[in-house]
Amino acid sequence: MQEPLLEVRGVKTYFPLERGMLFGRGAATVKAVDGVSLSIAQGEVLGLVGESGCGKSTLARTILRLVPPTEGTVILAGRNLAELAPEELRVARADFQMVFQDPYASLNPRMTVYDTIAEAIQAHRAVSRAELAAEVSALLNRVGLAARFSRKYPHEFSGGQRQRIAVARALAVRPRLIVADEPVSALDVSIQAQIINLLAGLTREMGLTMIFISHDLAVVKHISDRIAVMYLGKIVELGPAAGVLERPLHPYTKALASAMPLPDPERERTRRRILLAGDPPSPVNPPGGCPFHPRCAYAIPECSRDQPRLEAFRSGHEAACLRLEQVNAD
Amino acid sequence: MALLEVDDLRTSFHTRNGVVRAVDGVSFCIDRGETLGIVGESGSGKSVTCLSLLGLVPQPPGRVEGTGAVLEGIDLLRCPREVLRGIRGRRIAMIFQDPMTSLNPYMTIEEQLMEPLLIHEKIDRAAAARMALQALQEVGVPEAEQRIRSYPHQFSGGMRQRVMIAMALIGKPDLLIADEPTTALDVTVQAQILDLIAQQQRQRGVAVIFISHDLSVVAGFCDRVMVMYAGRVVETADTRAVFREPKHPYTRALQRSRPAMQAKGAELYVIPGLPPDLSRPVPGCAFAPRCEFAVADCSRTEMQLQDVGAGQASACLRVQRGELTLQ
Repeated sequence: MQEPLLEVRGVKTYFPLERGMLFGRGAATVKAVDGVSLSIAQGEVLGLVGESGCGKSTLARTILRLVPPTEGTVILAGRNLAELAPEELRVARADFQMVFQDPYASLNPRMTVYDTIAEAIQAHRAVSRAELAAEVSALLNRVGLAARFSRKYPHEFSGGQRQRIAVARALAVRPRLIVADEPVSALDVSIQAQIINLLAGLTREMGLTMIFISHDLAVVKHISDRIAVMYLGKIVELGPAAGVLERPLHPYTKALASAMPLPDPERERTRRRILLAGDPPSPVNPPGGCPFHPRCAYAIPECSRDQPRLEAFRSGHEAACLRLEQVNAD
Repeated sequence: MALLEVDDLRTSFHTRNGVVRAVDGVSFCIDRGETLGIVGESGSGKSVTCLSLLGLVPQPPGRVEGTGAVLEGIDLLRCPREVLRGIRGRRIAMIFQDPMTSLNPYMTIEEQLMEPLLIHEKIDRAAAARMALQALQEVGVPEAEQRIRSYPHQFSGGMRQRVMIAMALIGKPDLLIADEPTTALDVTVQAQILDLIAQQQRQRGVAVIFISHDLSVVAGFCDRVMVMYAGRVVETADTRAVFREPKHPYTRALQRSRPAMQAKGAELYVIPGLPPDLSRPVPGCAFAPRCEFAVADCSRTEMQLQDVGAGQASACLRVQRGELTLQ
């Protein structure tokens, strides 16, 4: 196997919480990402799923070094990002780009589309004016927008078109890795399809590597090669996209997959739903042992003591559960 | 007899850019205990339809007209304000997408649950407090005795939506309108809330209008589906029929653009173009400019929802003529 493009080893990202004076500072920490290791091959799409607060966005931001990790290393294209000097890091940033959820908030309303994209190109490369213009229109073309739109401002576009501009801006620096954080969640169903097709096409045709974050399991399954399921800062299951959602191993993934609405009234009415009790616990005081044990139907006393590690159950499909064998006995 | 019968509802907004016809001739009815799903994208008029029925569209700039919207003999479009106020919250209740903005941050959960009782039921505070607690327990809020004295910000999103449901059901309404009640929630919490609404509905026999942009959520939850586009109803049918064989190209396009309904990795269907500008007259079928099956007649003929068999009604000219089968 070729060397992975991205390698994340034992990454922890903690945020100190300031409490009242009485308790002093840093009395509590939010363990947003709590010991994540994974690697992504060149050209792969990794889906990152989990409920709000599970740490998926923080993990992505830590990988892009928008947030420094408390512990652990991130190696992108053979370079340890933590060891780079600020100037080197700035240059290295051309290798990774992010597309955000809200295209209304992530584009500067005072900049034309041309300036938005040109700025990104010039930040990393010296190009002549003619080259710049040619490149901007090529990028717009690539994301399915006509070059005549380049003098317009973000407010003149629909949500889907704005997200295309955000994608064009991300592509402008010729990145190797794109992190898309809920890129379609703010869009209408029919517009979502356009953006999903666009992103899927880019990874196929340009060999881009992508981390795709979404709470919409159907969308993630569609676009990803592999899926990582996060719960309270930890990866609880990792495997091929269809396998994770169709034959889930971890009790949490089983509940998640069963909560996914099916577009089929017959199946929807007959299938059994695993309803989880309560809300996900807070990452401020995560439970000891397996983070899922307080809500898990299979939990035994050991689960509150021992922290399970990711273990392969099928080829390339692993889960972190002490009772992996028993839970998947059937 | 239907619980609510809406006939030719028209809601428009008078703006500087012209008259926007947000709801353009919508008719439907709903029986006691029935669940009707209204599906459509943003701007299709699904929320405005329901807000119009409750008299919650500000007039001006809005203007609500129509042949009628009759709730067991009372025409909601023409009855005096006081009558409508008595119906709102008591006979028809509504829950919204975002429970944080629809709860009052300055009031405890208890006060908010008691408020409709004190207004509508003319009972004393002690009795209202007992009912409030019971309502909160019924929607599955743990430790309700203590938590009833909390403020909304002390609840999670899912718990707040439970409070909203308790508040909506406390007046024992005949009709519950749920406007995207689970869109802001995580999938596992969404499953809990849908389950709760279904369970309350079975126990109380309340009719539910469920507004959603997501056909898959509607699939498991509703008896009948009404699909809206550009302020008009394009299809109504039994839920199973819609998924087996949609009778309008727009419904089909919506289904094909969802990844859950496609083979993994397959190119998703993209509806070309954009929805029409509703401040300009839309001749013929509003979907015709984006429809792959459209013929010249489609943008010329005024569309009418017509029965096309098996309790399914379609506003597609070509389906009505028997020229088109969508599968």
